[in-house]
Amino acid sequence: MEWLGPEEWAAVGLSLKVAFWAMIVALLPGVLVAYALARWQFSGKQVVNVLVHLPLVLPPVATGYLLLVTFGTQGPIGGMLQQLGIVIAFRWTGAALAAAVMAFPLLVRSIRLSIEAIDPKLEQAAATLGASRVRVFLTVTLPLMLPGILAGMVLAFAKAMGEFGATITFVSNIPGQTRTLPSAIYAFLQVPGGENAAMRLVVVSIVVAAGALILSEVIARRIAKRVGQA
Amino acid sequence: MSISVQIKQDFESFNLDVAFEVPAGLTVLFGSSGSGKTSVINAVAGLSKPKQSRIVVNGEVLGDTTSGVWVPPHKRGLGYVFQEERLFPHLNVRKNLLYGNGLARERREVVSFDQVVDILGIGALLQRRPAELSGGEKQRVAIGRALLARPKLILADEPLAALDEPRKAEILPYFEQLRDEFSLPILYVTHSIAEVARLATTVVAMQGGKIARVGAATEVLSDPSFTPMGVRAVGAVLEATVAQHHDDGLTELSANGVPLMLPQLPHAVGHKVRVRVAAQDVILSTEGPKGLSALNIIEGTVQSVRAGEGPGAIVSVDTKAGRVLARITRRSAAALGLSEGVSCYAVVKSVSVAPQDIGTR
Repeated sequence: MEWLGPEEWAAVGLSLKVAFWAMIVALLPGVLVAYALARWQFSGKQVVNVLVHLPLVLPPVATGYLLLVTFGTQGPIGGMLQQLGIVIAFRWTGAALAAAVMAFPLLVRSIRLSIEAIDPKLEQAAATLGASRVRVFLTVTLPLMLPGILAGMVLAFAKAMGEFGATITFVSNIPGQTRTLPSAIYAFLQVPGGENAAMRLVVVSIVVAAGALILSEVIARRIAKRVGQA
Repeated sequence: MSISVQIKQDFESFNLDVAFEVPAGLTVLFGSSGSGKTSVINAVAGLSKPKQSRIVVNGEVLGDTTSGVWVPPHKRGLGYVFQEERLFPHLNVRKNLLYGNGLARERREVVSFDQVVDILGIGALLQRRPAELSGGEKQRVAIGRALLARPKLILADEPLAALDEPRKAEILPYFEQLRDEFSLPILYVTHSIAEVARLATTVVAMQGGKIARVGAATEVLSDPSFTPMGVRAVGAVLEATVAQHHDDGLTELSANGVPLMLPQLPHAVGHKVRVRVAAQDVILSTEGPKGLSALNIIEGTVQSVRAGEGPGAIVSVDTKAGRVLARITRRSAAALGLSEGVSCYAVVKSVSVAPQDIGTR
């Protein structure tokens, strides 16, 4: 396609990469935290719950700043990573981390709801039939969670695609490195005559977001049919 | 083979304190809701862990809080049929049936997959999902799934309660078959006297968390002082054999030589059945009645008369066919001079015995 310049293409490609990895990185912890919040009773459960949801209600810039303080090369974790030769501040990996943190509450909420919708009596039935706890989880709980996991992944992806505040604070707006789609739109709007490029990227955003929603709808329907909830 | 259960646990609404030991066969835990039946069966299943308990099945200690033994549910070798069928919605019928089958390879198979499908008549349903089944079909699949888990003990918690009458009539015979053909011990929870009468080898009657009666079904149900579900539900159980099918749609039974006429039964001649005769369907007469439409007139002797708080009394009559209970008014009992040792006739209309009151044994 001729109508996007190389710089714009770079932003689109980077955003897709960042959103994909943010979704993947958040997935396993998301399932674990959602399961713990839905099914386990432990002290400090409310604290975990608040921490998980904090990025949803905090100003994104604040989240980004906290990430910078923690994961920046001067930060406690960032410093340790640097000694191992890993730097994520001002890199695309940092953008992915920021997007993952911001998307995490949405992912957890969606998965948690799907777990809470599963009747524990089904899991009891599986246990009486001889299934160990791990087997019960893998053969009953997990398959019944799938629609929620999928919906959560799509939400997380869409959120990661659109993340701006935390990203620009944590990893700045470096073309080709951390200039994601929203950052690029913002950058184009800062220069005279950038409106057309910005509008083209807005169109791309709409296409990607709508595509993700339609895809999730199709897969969710197919899974719902498979797990007998249709 | 025996099941031995001791449980003590305080709940918010009641205190459970039971201890019983029952032989092989089908044991019915019987009582109204809130009597603690489900707490007992769930403790046997290992789904709940009472504070103080000892559960031994077939000599194997499944749980003993004194010595700290607690076998988790998945290692107990059970087949649990729940009130709601609890089929896995994401698996088709075949996969539901086979769910527990592969998990217990060390145990002997009770029945083969083909046998289960055949007995329960679910061959046409194998590819369907639970959402596409009727209530009765779901419960049949649930029974099959429990059987195929190679159980040492079948647990059933009010498996018919969620079904309508025709579906109950459809499922009940399968439990009779389990009891008679597979010689599997079964612990069966219900609040229905009809199910007790048809199924129970042994009855463990519970009331308010305590055990009210333990004994053979015929004994417990023929006890006139035992009215856990109110006097309207009282009725003795007679054991009989199918003697002859008559052309006019009646089946003649022989209860220890005494003929009983009932509406046609599906069982072959020689088949052993148990018949529950509701006490309020029995009329007593001190003289041999004549010109009466009722076909069953059984001679016997009054064993006891128990007056209730209201106008009624329950008279137990020992006959050659077995004990019969009759619920009559105190006025009639006085007018007829019924008291211990008086001979009388128990009159039972054939049509008053409903099909669901007749089971095999």
